[in-house]
Amino acid sequence: MSAASADLMEPDYQRLDFAYRRSRDQDAPEPPRHPVVIAGAGPVGLAAAIDLAQRGIPVVLLDDDNRLSTGSRAICFAKRTLEIFDRLGLGELVAAKGVRWNLGKVFLRDALLYQFDLLPEPAHHRPAFVNIQQYYVEGYLAERALALRGLDLRWSNRVIGLEQAGDGVLLAVETPEGSYRLRADWVIAADGGRSPIRAMMGLESKGRVFRDRFLIADVRMAADFPAERWFWFDPPFHPGQSVLLHRQPDNVWRIDFQLGWDADPALETAPERVLPRIRALLGQDARFELEWVSIYTFACRRMEHFRHGRVLFAGDAAHGVSPFGARGANSGVQDADNLAWKLAAVLRGEAPEALLDSYAAEREAAADENLLNSTRATDFITPKSEISRLFRDAVLDLAREAPFARALVNSGRLSTPTVLRDSALNTPDADGFEGSMVPGAPATDAPIRIDGAPGWLLEQIGQGFTLLCFGVPPDAVPEEARTLLVDPAGAVPEGVIAIEDSEGLLARRYDARPGTGYLLRPDQHVCARWRAPCLAGIRHAMATALGWEMAS
Amino acid sequence: MTATLNLAPNLDAPDAFYEALIEAHRDLTPEQSHRLNARLILLLANQVGDLAVLREALAQARAGLAAA
Repeated sequence: MSAASADLMEPDYQRLDFAYRRSRDQDAPEPPRHPVVIAGAGPVGLAAAIDLAQRGIPVVLLDDDNRLSTGSRAICFAKRTLEIFDRLGLGELVAAKGVRWNLGKVFLRDALLYQFDLLPEPAHHRPAFVNIQQYYVEGYLAERALALRGLDLRWSNRVIGLEQAGDGVLLAVETPEGSYRLRADWVIAADGGRSPIRAMMGLESKGRVFRDRFLIADVRMAADFPAERWFWFDPPFHPGQSVLLHRQPDNVWRIDFQLGWDADPALETAPERVLPRIRALLGQDARFELEWVSIYTFACRRMEHFRHGRVLFAGDAAHGVSPFGARGANSGVQDADNLAWKLAAVLRGEAPEALLDSYAAEREAAADENLLNSTRATDFITPKSEISRLFRDAVLDLAREAPFARALVNSGRLSTPTVLRDSALNTPDADGFEGSMVPGAPATDAPIRIDGAPGWLLEQIGQGFTLLCFGVPPDAVPEEARTLLVDPAGAVPEGVIAIEDSEGLLARRYDARPGTGYLLRPDQHVCARWRAPCLAGIRHAMATALGWEMAS
Repeated sequence: MTATLNLAPNLDAPDAFYEALIEAHRDLTPEQSHRLNARLILLLANQVGDLAVLREALAQARAGLAAA
């Protein structure tokens, strides 16, 4: 180990081996029963497992391998994902290690066409995006998972059989020491784009495969490009195709070269083919090391239903998108965020099983939104007909002089969280509101002060429901929610936490007046709001958000 | 005030419009696509109406394509 890496005190996550350990379950005479078994310890499975364990639900997490991801893979982690990671206890780690960026630049040939700022508004805790290699995120998640009681992470445990029977699922699991069986009340299949569980159940993820190939290279070098997303159409160094450049931690740069459908994957990953492409971009004298090279193709597709009885599909297993827009891992982590509290509530008997149908409905709608955006971007970047290319090139041409055409240039619409507008868990507005905090929207952050110290709203949101009140509390405060009272006008009732809207942004972002109240779900989405909430209304909205209306 | 060609963003939903435009050409031959484009321009020109604006658009579209 070099002195430099020893100073960082950080393991080399790409080369870390996690030991297979024999579980007691392997010696049990009858298949032992667990409330939740999750297949796949990628970002989605790990996030779901941590979330459930934090809620006191014991989890068995199975992974068919004993390593983290190889290569940078999903590098762009969005603001919403960081906020979810904050809730899971690793947001600061990811944010501190990651390269923050808000600015994207789009070039045509050798000239800047336009730029966009993804976080035009100041005073948010987390940036629009950080770039960080997937193996760091998985490494931090795995470390968090291993530190949690009740989370049983089993490496080199491959699910080889699955059978749903009545009120449970019977799983067959293969290990280096032979196979064993497990029973689960619920299974989360987060086992990736090729999802073996999906195949075992005879299910499909359907959609469009795009006829294009992309070369991705992780390059280590000292370079002074800024921390921005740079996208080129038809650059002089890679004519006729597109190129994407991103900065990652540790002086690693990620470059994606569009190659076209006819490219030969075996040939194109050979260093003698890759190095000239990189030199063409960086200059003939550039000094760099090649860390990782891969070729990818992609499909935009999803499963028709994310819930099949007691098996719930999440992440790439449920839906696949093109990489333009960073909507894969980000939407997968949001799946986990949506599912964990619901599954915990059902297992504790606080919610009917129907609540899990809302997981499917909400995240199927989110997948549709992600698929729509990623398909449109892909159609722009990879025109599939002559006429499509003609219009694309005309848009690029006009974009230099005409601002309207820049709005049509699509190099990827970057991941923003889905607003669950049509969710059955929402209580429709009865009062008038302006702004974006509609029922179904994830709560937006704002700077606050609490006990005189500066902080952020989202840090104060509880594991369960949160009632966010402005000025005056409701007639009575529900003990089953955490109640925050912003700038109290009078005495603060017992059990209520007073916070200060230190910059006036909280009231503005929530279009709040004295008396306004918002009810937030355990995943921080708004589910109801009132100008003057009362306890009965709050309780009814909570029951609705727990799926009791769906069940009746 | 005489109208001038609006180059500022004015489309309600740029991505949805672009998708619809490309979709309109799906499965057409190049010849059919040409005809579609011609008809589309005429329809939109009628919608615009103002000859001065249309002349400006024509000049802007032609700029850089051929020797003056």
